[in-house]
Amino acid sequence: MTAIPEHAGGPPGACDVAIVGGGPAGLGAALRLKDLGIEAIVLDREAEAGGIPRHCGHYPFGMREFHRILKGPDYARRLVQAAKQAGVAIFTQTSVVALDPGPCLAVTTPDGRAEIRAKRVLLSTGVRERSRAGRLVGGQRPWGVLSTGALQSMVYLKGRRPFERPVIVGSELVSFSAILTCRHAGIRPVAMVEANDRVTAWWFAAGLPRLTGVPLHLNSRVLRVVGDQRVEAVELQDGAGASRLIEADGVIFSGQFLPEATLPRAAGLTIDPGSGGPAVDQYGRCSDPAVFAAGNLLRPVETAGWSWQEGVFAADRIAASLAGQLSERQGAIEMRVHGDAAIKFVLPQRLALPVLPGAMRNLQLRAKRPFHGTLSVRQNGRTLWSGRQSGRPERRILLPLAPIAEKAVPGTIEIDLQEEF
Amino acid sequence: MPSAPPESEEYFDVAVIGAGVVGCAIARRFTLEGARVIVIEKAVDILDGASKGNSGILHTGFDAPVGSLEQRCIAAGYREYLDIKDRLGLSVLKTGALVLAWTEEEEARLEALMEQARANGVDDVERLGVTEIRAWEPGLSDRLRGGFSVPREYIIDPWTAPHSYLLQALENGARLLRRAEVLDGGFDGSAWRLETSRGAVRASTVINAAGLYGDHVDQRLLKASSYAIRPRKGQFVVFDKAASVLLSSILLPVPTATTKGIVVCKTSYGNVLVGPTAEEQESRDAAAVDHETLAALQRRGIEILPGLADFEVTATYAGLRPATADKDYQIKDHPAQRYISVGGIRSTGLSAALGIAHHVFDLYGQFGGRHQPPETPHWPKVSPIAEYQNRGWTEPGNAGVVCHCELVTRREIEEALNGPLAAGSLPGLKRRTRATMGRCQGFYCLGELAEITEGRFERPLATAYDSNS
Repeated sequence: MTAIPEHAGGPPGACDVAIVGGGPAGLGAALRLKDLGIEAIVLDREAEAGGIPRHCGHYPFGMREFHRILKGPDYARRLVQAAKQAGVAIFTQTSVVALDPGPCLAVTTPDGRAEIRAKRVLLSTGVRERSRAGRLVGGQRPWGVLSTGALQSMVYLKGRRPFERPVIVGSELVSFSAILTCRHAGIRPVAMVEANDRVTAWWFAAGLPRLTGVPLHLNSRVLRVVGDQRVEAVELQDGAGASRLIEADGVIFSGQFLPEATLPRAAGLTIDPGSGGPAVDQYGRCSDPAVFAAGNLLRPVETAGWSWQEGVFAADRIAASLAGQLSERQGAIEMRVHGDAAIKFVLPQRLALPVLPGAMRNLQLRAKRPFHGTLSVRQNGRTLWSGRQSGRPERRILLPLAPIAEKAVPGTIEIDLQEEF
Repeated sequence: MPSAPPESEEYFDVAVIGAGVVGCAIARRFTLEGARVIVIEKAVDILDGASKGNSGILHTGFDAPVGSLEQRCIAAGYREYLDIKDRLGLSVLKTGALVLAWTEEEEARLEALMEQARANGVDDVERLGVTEIRAWEPGLSDRLRGGFSVPREYIIDPWTAPHSYLLQALENGARLLRRAEVLDGGFDGSAWRLETSRGAVRASTVINAAGLYGDHVDQRLLKASSYAIRPRKGQFVVFDKAASVLLSSILLPVPTATTKGIVVCKTSYGNVLVGPTAEEQESRDAAAVDHETLAALQRRGIEILPGLADFEVTATYAGLRPATADKDYQIKDHPAQRYISVGGIRSTGLSAALGIAHHVFDLYGQFGGRHQPPETPHWPKVSPIAEYQNRGWTEPGNAGVVCHCELVTRREIEEALNGPLAAGSLPGLKRRTRATMGRCQGFYCLGELAEITEGRFERPLATAYDSNS
């Protein structure tokens, strides 16, 4: 059923801060801006705000924000309630279709097109999983091939199940969330398939598939999906090249998150090919300084709590920007990852000088593959920071920003890794 | 909802077997000429065979064999499409095409191809040097050696067009029978009686537009076929919409004897398409993609437009062309049995369909088929779904966006699930609205779609479960 927009009358034509995306980052920012006395509106394309946690009907959410452990939907409701109680205007069923200079947002609602001019825009549009097509998986294209996100919206939001015996592809945190979602709906996954030689997620380690009786296939990839109208089987290939057919009526392609960066990309803002999100400076500003970004749009993928924290951070920096405090009078630094290092990206991608108090405290890095070695941050032949580090894909790697910023001069900073094998 | 079988005594002038683009165009032509038409489709929805996977190009026919039936049908189909597109609300994106040579050998063949184009009436082709081409298409690889332009090759929406043809037929009195496979039939000297999986259909003339099963239908009804279908698969890779800034023209290779080769072009939906391959196979149903070929297509796309390397693949698909041993279309009339077989319509079917329909009607006229055309036929418009048209989300009362990537509204989805051409499956809904076709491939909207489509499809997307069990 069509939900009634949470805020009747449609969005205003102008505002101080427009927040695109009402998930943890966007709502965290809105509430903080309200506390700071700045009017912000939240635009969410769904009929209800709250973001991805709305579909995650399991624990644990809310430790940072509410100091207690909640299920995703309860957590999302609390975030929305807190924002509304504070007087934040949330406009649902409001899709931003373009971000134009100004900044000006072109939106569509059930009433058609509208425009919103804002002094500052915060993009917090989150992530999605890479689809079967994005992974170039072979086979037919029957019904029953889904992402975890789609499965969760069916199960938790609509009380429906699309299949009963799926194969789960991937072993990230979200892949285990897929197992929990399946269990909730009485769906029994018949296999979990991981291309690498060990499980990606650190959290449940390898315990959960065993615990839940889902056979784990490491060093394996999905060769093809079999089935005409519906999925009938999945053909796997192991590291030795041997293939085998697993009977299944569905496939869940989980993880391999990608930022939903359509808006900043179409707007011509700089996109970091490594993170897939907009390139930002240490205040979360995009290449248009009136546009900020926070949450998983910046990088795949962090927890809801981390994203919320980034939203709060962005709100503070937006306040400073509106007060004219974020000048770049001493030039800027581009952050680069050296050649074919095992590092996928570094965030922020840019430092605006001087680095003022209130900047991000850390550089966030991600690994393309498991590594062990010495990370160094260098500029003009000088080492600004170095340290021994191990990393694995999808795990958080943090380097302190302050000691790097202290010694840096305008130009380029390169991050390099001397691997020990 | 699928249409009901006709009453047993109901009688048609023409039964068209197969609701692909060719069958839809034939149904339209015959209806507009005054014939009482029934279209018999074995799948739950139309466009379920060869027509569901093509490249969406309105070809001029510049590279068709000179003097061939294919060339004549393309030329006529091309003209009629442009004539009727505004009245039916159909899309056209006037991109033009460039035929590009990447090797010395290909370069040497450009002149002959241009001669062929002129002989086919496409006389505005123009030879271009590398500098000129790259000034127009700065995204192209610098390995380019030369090429020529074909200014009137355009991009069209491959799905709205056939839907619109059939809808016009239906709104002017034609009937559509879905989920009905033609099993057998006989001609008694004056009329046909077709036995279908949903009952008998009586018609004075049969037109076989069964595409990938054309020869099978001939065998069932005539006990022989003048051609054998050899399915030829084409795989495609579709890149993210943001990549569409990398090109403006349709980028064609120098064709070979068997295939038009791998094309890089925009789609009507705003993406960038790379494909198709040409792979002979036995199966007439299973159009599978495979990882190695998809990866090779992705690499080929990047070789031509290096900028594609920065973009995600949004979708992959494969289509089957109903090819035969012969290069030309296999359109055969059997006047004694009032039967016309329309076979071997390969890649160019979308461009040629309206021309084929005219040709088939001419053949029908030769064996005496003549009717009183309706004085004021209806010209219904289907909802526009091309990126470059004014779509539902721009209008008030759209009931909100459901598919966010493709900006498909609830009102458009409801419309597609109702009416004489209601979608019968998720792929059918996709072809009418673009829902789930975007970069997230249903990550965000499948839950909503499972709810909206409940009770509408023969095979539901999801079923309710008892959470206490």
